[in-house]
Amino acid sequence: MRLGIGAFELDVDLKVEAGEVVAVLGPNGAGKTSLLRGLAGLLPLDAGRVVLDGVVLDEPAAGVFVPSERRPIAMVFQDYLLFPHLTVLENVAFGLRSRGTSRSEATATAHRWLERVGLQTEAPRKPGSLSGGQAQRVALARALATSPSLLLLDEPMAALDASTRVDLRRDLRCHLESFRGVRLLVTHDPVEALAMADRLVILEQGRLLQSGSPAEVTQHPRSRYVADLVGVNLFRGRASHDVITLAEGGSLTAAGAGEGDVFAVVHPRTVALYRTRPDGTPRNVWEGRAVDLDLQGDRVRVQLAGAPRIVAEVTPAAVRELGLDRGDTVWIGVKATEIVVYPA
Amino acid sequence: MALPVRKPTRVRPAAPVALLVLAGVGAAFFVIPLIGLMLRTPWAATWDQLRSPEVLAALRLSLLASFSATAIALVFGVPLAWTFARLTFPGRAVLRAVTVLPMVLPPVVGGVALLLAFGRRGLLGGWLATTFGIHLPFTTTGAIIAETFVAMPFLVITVEAGLRSMDTRFEDAARTLGASRWTVLWRVTLPLVRPSLAAGAVLCWARALGEFGATITFAGNFPGRTQTMPLAVYLALETNPDAAIVLSLVLLAVSLAVLIGLRDRWLGAS
Repeated sequence: MRLGIGAFELDVDLKVEAGEVVAVLGPNGAGKTSLLRGLAGLLPLDAGRVVLDGVVLDEPAAGVFVPSERRPIAMVFQDYLLFPHLTVLENVAFGLRSRGTSRSEATATAHRWLERVGLQTEAPRKPGSLSGGQAQRVALARALATSPSLLLLDEPMAALDASTRVDLRRDLRCHLESFRGVRLLVTHDPVEALAMADRLVILEQGRLLQSGSPAEVTQHPRSRYVADLVGVNLFRGRASHDVITLAEGGSLTAAGAGEGDVFAVVHPRTVALYRTRPDGTPRNVWEGRAVDLDLQGDRVRVQLAGAPRIVAEVTPAAVRELGLDRGDTVWIGVKATEIVVYPA
Repeated sequence: MALPVRKPTRVRPAAPVALLVLAGVGAAFFVIPLIGLMLRTPWAATWDQLRSPEVLAALRLSLLASFSATAIALVFGVPLAWTFARLTFPGRAVLRAVTVLPMVLPPVVGGVALLLAFGRRGLLGGWLATTFGIHLPFTTTGAIIAETFVAMPFLVITVEAGLRSMDTRFEDAARTLGASRWTVLWRVTLPLVRPSLAAGAVLCWARALGEFGATITFAGNFPGRTQTMPLAVYLALETNPDAAIVLSLVLLAVSLAVLIGLRDRWLGAS
């Protein structure tokens, strides 16, 4: 699908299997919400197409556009958007009533849904009096009551207090597991994505950068965004005879780097720092300047400028021994066997 | 150890003295004329004046015309406000300016314009008269039209502002739940802008009730037919000042009663 809003352009090719929970992860402004709005039919595509269960919902080239209200797609919005003038029960029954179900049947179904999310006592109340977690469950019940084939969730945890988020995430995962359709979740919180999803999709600046199981994505990041989330150093370059010439300058020697365009991952823990030039085993040795030191738990993360720039994780004792401070120059060493290389 | 629970007390903001003085003058400006009216009211004769057929007729006509004008304004003004708030089309700015023009136009000019449109030899008036036998000028319907013309812009701009400030994602949510555009409008949009609808309707009604210039120009001043309260007050002032005061007092009481009555029920004021 492709769509543009002003100067922003989203260009994504995504195929989701039935029954999958997919988390779309990306920084703010990556186009995550636009992706959902495009799928929901709230934002018409400029090009490409949206197909659900073999039915084309949007294909500008063919002149096909199924409006939102006739798509079997439900959406849980970021701040839930429960209708403030309707009771909780009327909110949950809204979708069924809109689709022509009789009042008594819609009410009965809505009651059942409220029971499933444990909120039947809230039925006659207005949404204004609900807590964030309750509002989330009502929003979920309202979306699922229409029996959609695709459920979209836009940052479902963003409106909740950090203190209750862990419990509520577990609840949400349980409720999502009981739904058999496709669930597409959008988030900028990697923990949320990892906790909920069978598959991660990384979106950045309107482009799909990577897609795969959480393990694949975190072990073989293909973007600086993911590398930063996981906390590893990511390099991109061209390999030839075990030497990778990096795009940002400098080079790395890695065992079994192969040939061609590659990504190389170096875990900060495996980066060694020396006061003087080491003459030991590390195959990669270069000089760098400490730009920033950051204490994280029992380790210090040292940001180093150089060719290439890299992050090292050392113990506070090592920092003391080196007498390392911001602006100091040190030697950096990385063993060739500690570099993970995979094709770009 | 249990901490003593203190009720949150609101800290009164420190008001600059100059501000209070100016606010006092502003308030006095509204209160003093009211007192003047009360002091000069011939209370003894009030009851007789009130029961006079002329006063009752004027009051009845005023209420009929102002509520009819408000109803018409709601039927046509809300769709107009929605169009201005949600659609972009060439000439929207001009059309919008023309619609709210009666707010700044002297009402007499409005009355003249109405005559030129719906009068016997007006743009549509002749056609209306020959085709449907409808004569608007100098009829009760004419008075209602004149009041609508002057008062509807208040409703349009209030509702338009409400629609613009409303979170339209509620409409998106309704649509993803399967609501047609019509259902979205009735079950989501209009309920959410209810405060604006109520405020707009009250403003519109108040303006219609007080309307004088356009009404007397377009509908004339026929007791029982087009002579609304403001017209009756103005005429009585020449012949029977006591009656004018009583009429004014009635107008005042009716306005206050409606404003206060609607305030709690519709404007959501707490």
